[in-house]
Amino acid sequence: MQTLQPSQSLARAVSDEPAIVTQGLSKSYKNVRALTGVDLVVPPGSVFGLLGPNGAGKTTLVRILATLLKPDAGTARVAGYDVVREGGRLRTQIGVAGQYAAVDENLTGFENLEMVGRLYHLGGRVAQSRADELLQHFDLEEAGRRPVKTYSGGMRKRLDLAAALVARPPVIFLDEPTTGLDPRSRVSLWETIERRVAEGSTVLLTTQYLDEADRLADRIAVIDHGRVIAEGTSDELKHQVARERLEVVLGEGADPTVALQALAVMGDGQQPRVEGQVISVSVGRRPGAIVEAVRRLDTARVEIVDVAIRRPTLNDVFFTLTGHKAEESAAGEAE
Amino acid sequence: MSQLLAGIGDTLVITRRNLIRIPRAPDLLIGFTVQPVMFVLLFVYVFGGAIKTPGFKYVDYLMPGIITQTIAFGGYLTAVGLNEDLRKGLVDRFRSLPMARSAVLAGRTLADVIMNLLATALMVAVGLAIGFRFATSVPQVLAGILLLLLFGLAFSWIFALMGLLASSAESAGSIGFLIVFPLTFVSSAFVPVQSMPSLLQAFAKANPFTIVVDAARALFLGTPGNSIWAALAWSIGLIAVFAPVAVARYRRVVAN
Ligand SMILES: Nc1ncnc2c1ncn2[C@@H]1O[C@H](COP(=O)(O)OP(=O)(O)O)[C@@H](O)[C@H]1O
Ligand SMILES: [Mg+2]
Repeated sequence: MQTLQPSQSLARAVSDEPAIVTQGLSKSYKNVRALTGVDLVVPPGSVFGLLGPNGAGKTTLVRILATLLKPDAGTARVAGYDVVREGGRLRTQIGVAGQYAAVDENLTGFENLEMVGRLYHLGGRVAQSRADELLQHFDLEEAGRRPVKTYSGGMRKRLDLAAALVARPPVIFLDEPTTGLDPRSRVSLWETIERRVAEGSTVLLTTQYLDEADRLADRIAVIDHGRVIAEGTSDELKHQVARERLEVVLGEGADPTVALQALAVMGDGQQPRVEGQVISVSVGRRPGAIVEAVRRLDTARVEIVDVAIRRPTLNDVFFTLTGHKAEESAAGEAE
Repeated sequence: MSQLLAGIGDTLVITRRNLIRIPRAPDLLIGFTVQPVMFVLLFVYVFGGAIKTPGFKYVDYLMPGIITQTIAFGGYLTAVGLNEDLRKGLVDRFRSLPMARSAVLAGRTLADVIMNLLATALMVAVGLAIGFRFATSVPQVLAGILLLLLFGLAFSWIFALMGLLASSAESAGSIGFLIVFPLTFVSSAFVPVQSMPSLLQAFAKANPFTIVVDAARALFLGTPGNSIWAALAWSIGLIAVFAPVAVARYRRVVAN
C-alpha cells in the first residue's frame, strides 16, 4: 500500500499558527442555544476530539468551521482563514465528512470521488487517479465501479471519509465518523483514520464515544449544552477529575459494611460506592493496593470473589463533569 | 475571468453528475423516454381519430404540443433531485468544496435542458416514423426547438422552487404535476381551443402553454399567427421571476 503524500499546501498549516481557533463562538436556532461562547485552539498536525452527547452542539460547531453555517457571534479561523469573510479560500484547505454519509447513491464510488476531485479543481486526470488511489486505500477497490446504493453502511462511511481526503486538505473535519457502525467496521474505520488521516493533517473529530476520543485524539474538548466544559489530553482529563478506584467483588455471604471498614484506611477521603456485593473505594495513586486490600479483607474474614484496580476512564470524567453519562444521554435523546 | 471559467467548469461537473445518474434510476429514465413516446402513440392512435384539427393531420397538430408538455416536465428532475440532494447532505458536501456555489442550481437546470433536448430528439424520431413532417426551413425548426428549451428552462426554475419548498422528493414531484398537467391540457397542446367551453377558452387563450405551443406550430409547421415573440417574452419573464425567487429560497434553506 502507498502512503498518502502530504500536500504542498500543508506547509501553511504546519507553521506555528493554530489550525483552528475559535473565540466566543455562539449560535442559536430559533429557540435553541446550540453554542454559547466556544473558545478552542487546535494545534496543527494533531487530532482533536470533540466529545459530547447528542445535542451538545458538535455538528453545529463543525458546520460553522466548514463554512456551512454562519455564527451569530464570535470568530473562527481555519488554516488561517476567517470562516465568515474568507470562506472561498478556506474551503480549499478543508475536507469534510459529515455525520451522515453524503455520497450520491446513483453514482459509483469512483464517480463520487472523481466528481469531488474535479470540484476541488484537481483536473480530470489527477481526480481520476486520486479516486482510484483512495478506493484502494479504503478497501473499496472491488466495489468502486458499482453504484453506491449497493454499498453497506460501513462502505458508505468509508467512501465519505475518502471524499474528505481527496484533495489532501491540511484540515479535516469528521463528524461522528463511526456512529451507526457495527463494532467491527468501527474498529476498522479507526485504523483507517489513524493510518491515513493523521499523516500531517490536522483532524477535528467529533464523537459521542469516550473510547473513540481516548483512542484517536491527542487532545479532547468535552462539550455539553453548547459549552466546552473541559479540555486537555485524555490523561490530563482523567487526572483532573477522577482517581484510581479499588473495586472488590464480595462473596455472597459477606457484609459490605465490614469490608468498607477494613478498607477505610486505604481510601483517599472520597465517598466509597456500594452496588450490591461490589464495593469501590477511591484510592488515589497507591502502589500495591491490591495486595494490601486482599490482606486486610482476609484479616477481617471477609470473603471475596475478585479484586481489581479500575483506572479512570473518560466515562468517569464525563460523569464527574456533567453529572450524566455520555452515551446514556445520547441514547435517550436519540429516541 | 478565471473565476467565471471555474464557475462554468463546476457547473459542467455538476451537470454531468446529474445526467449520469439518470440511467441508474429506472423511474426517471422511463419518465423521459418510454412515457413521452407512449403519450405520442396514445394520442395519435387513440384520441387522434376523435379530435378535429381542421387543416392538419392530427400527428402534425400534436407533435409541437406534446413536445412542449414533455419539456415543461423536464424540470421534474430538478425538483426531485434538488430535494434529495438537500436531504441527503449532498448540497452540504458541495457547499464545503471550493467550487462556485451557483453551480449547484445552474448544474441542475442545465442538466434538465440537455435531458429535454434528448427527449425532444427521441419524440421527433418517433413522430417522423408515424407520419409527422416539418413544413418549415431548418433554421426555423432549430429556432422552434431553442424556444421550447428556453420555455423548459423557465419550468426548471419553477420546479426548483417546488423542490426547495416541498418536504420530500415525492411531494416535490407531485406538486409539479398538479401545476403542469392542468396547464397543458387546458391549452392548444392537444385540442383546438375553439372546441372548449367558453369559460375554458378564455383561460386557454391566456395560458402561456397555448402561446408557446402556437409559436412552436408556427416554427415547425408554418402556421400563420405570430405568437413567437409573446412566447419568448413569457419564457424570459418566467425565468426572470422564478430564478431569483428560487435562488433566494435556496440561500434561505441552506443557511439553516
Ligand atoms: N436546524 C436546526 N434547527 C433547530 N434546532 C437545531 C438545528 N440543528 C440543531 N439544533 C439543535 O441544536 C442543538 C445542538 O445540535 P447539534 O449541533 O446537532 O448537536 P450534536 O451534533 O452534538 O448532536 C440541539 O439541541 C439540536 O436539537
Ligand atoms: Mg451531530
